[in-house]
Amino acid sequence: MTLLAGADLSRAWALSDRVSLREESFGALVYHHDTRRLVFLKSPTLVDLVRRLDGYDNALAAIDDVIEEAARPRYQRALRDLIDSGVLDGR
Amino acid sequence: MGAESSLRTRFERGLGAPICLTWELTYACNLACTHCLSSSGRRDPRELDTAEALALVDEIAAMQIFYINVGGGEPMMREDFFTIVEHAVARNVGVKFSTNGTRLDAAAARRLAATDYLDVQISLDGIDAATNDAIRGAGSYARARRAMDNLKDAGFGPFKISVVMTRHNVDQLNDYEALAAHYGAQLRLTRLRPSGRGADVWDELRPRAAQNRDLYHWLRARPHVLTGDSFFHLSALGDPLEGLNLCGAGRVVCLIDPVGDVYACPFVIHDQFRAGNVRDAGFASVWRESELFRSLRELGSAGACTSCGSFDACRGGCMAAKFFTGLELSDPDPECVFGHGEDALRSARERPAPTPDHSRRVPLSLSSRR
Repeated sequence: MTLLAGADLSRAWALSDRVSLREESFGALVYHHDTRRLVFLKSPTLVDLVRRLDGYDNALAAIDDVIEEAARPRYQRALRDLIDSGVLDGR
Repeated sequence: MGAESSLRTRFERGLGAPICLTWELTYACNLACTHCLSSSGRRDPRELDTAEALALVDEIAAMQIFYINVGGGEPMMREDFFTIVEHAVARNVGVKFSTNGTRLDAAAARRLAATDYLDVQISLDGIDAATNDAIRGAGSYARARRAMDNLKDAGFGPFKISVVMTRHNVDQLNDYEALAAHYGAQLRLTRLRPSGRGADVWDELRPRAAQNRDLYHWLRARPHVLTGDSFFHLSALGDPLEGLNLCGAGRVVCLIDPVGDVYACPFVIHDQFRAGNVRDAGFASVWRESELFRSLRELGSAGACTSCGSFDACRGGCMAAKFFTGLELSDPDPECVFGHGEDALRSARERPAPTPDHSRRVPLSLSSRR
């Protein structure tokens, strides 16, 4: 489940079927049913990105479509963190 | 699961639904622990029936509440215990349930082991029978250990050993760690609160100030030890402990009691903190519309704590601990690590009586039951 910190964002990723996601005003709460960990998605933009990953074979392409250029490194880091915590699974 | 301060402020203003809630299934209990938060003992004839309980699970699932902490009383005293719990799990609502273990026989252990999304916490308030039974009653240590043996034999996996910290068991923490390792279990430590019957023993059982400091450092060195965010008042001692480090009452958590009354948190079963009842218009309307919860979500004055440099670390501590020791909610926590609580206690009003009280009228011993 947990991958290396430098997870390969050029692959296809999607929200794990082991998590529940609930939107809140600040973004979303994600609960991982296996690890019993709570994870915060700290902006609605990140929630939107995570939800749209499903439609891409390459997560970097999803970031390019959804996120403005200057902010892309930040969102790459955010996705890697979510991969590390098992919120995103490889497809 | 650390949260930066801007996120914490959002939590203090309340969420669309709780992250989790505590649901006490019954006030019935076959033990009579001296520190019982809910003054449990006798079943209340108005308790939710099976159909009502299952409907409440459905509402919890619809609100996407991630998990429920099931307690009591002793939840396994309910004949429909497994029906309710298995319904929750089937609806993708995780269950963490707390038990004294007395009814957790080999068959129950196997059934629990076969259920996903379910955590079991067995209460053990002393590392030996003498320490534990002084609080939880004669024979309770042996029966809790037998329940742990049953879970281990059933291959349940890492269950939790749940300990309320007192001045008699803080010094046993390393032994607890060894016991947890023996079972492959996780340790979960929680704070003794002056709630329910706990009000009667708080002065004599609560850890001393030096023990609380030891506990803080012990926990800082062991971020894997669970606390249910219990000890955030100790975070004023330095770097924050694991957890959200805020009072979640009516903001990110709440309590549903056996008769469907909704309280701000498991530690304030008192009329003053009752937000409504699920039988009236459902749980969601209580959570979203209760005047009490709305007021708890307004960031009130920090009172005397405003001028303290550590307020951002401890947020003034636990609302329940203040209320039941007669302090104002804007006062420091009675166990403030800088001793400001002691000062406040000297001018506190009379301590409020806990309501309601389901304690048994006559004490009973374990051996007299069943």
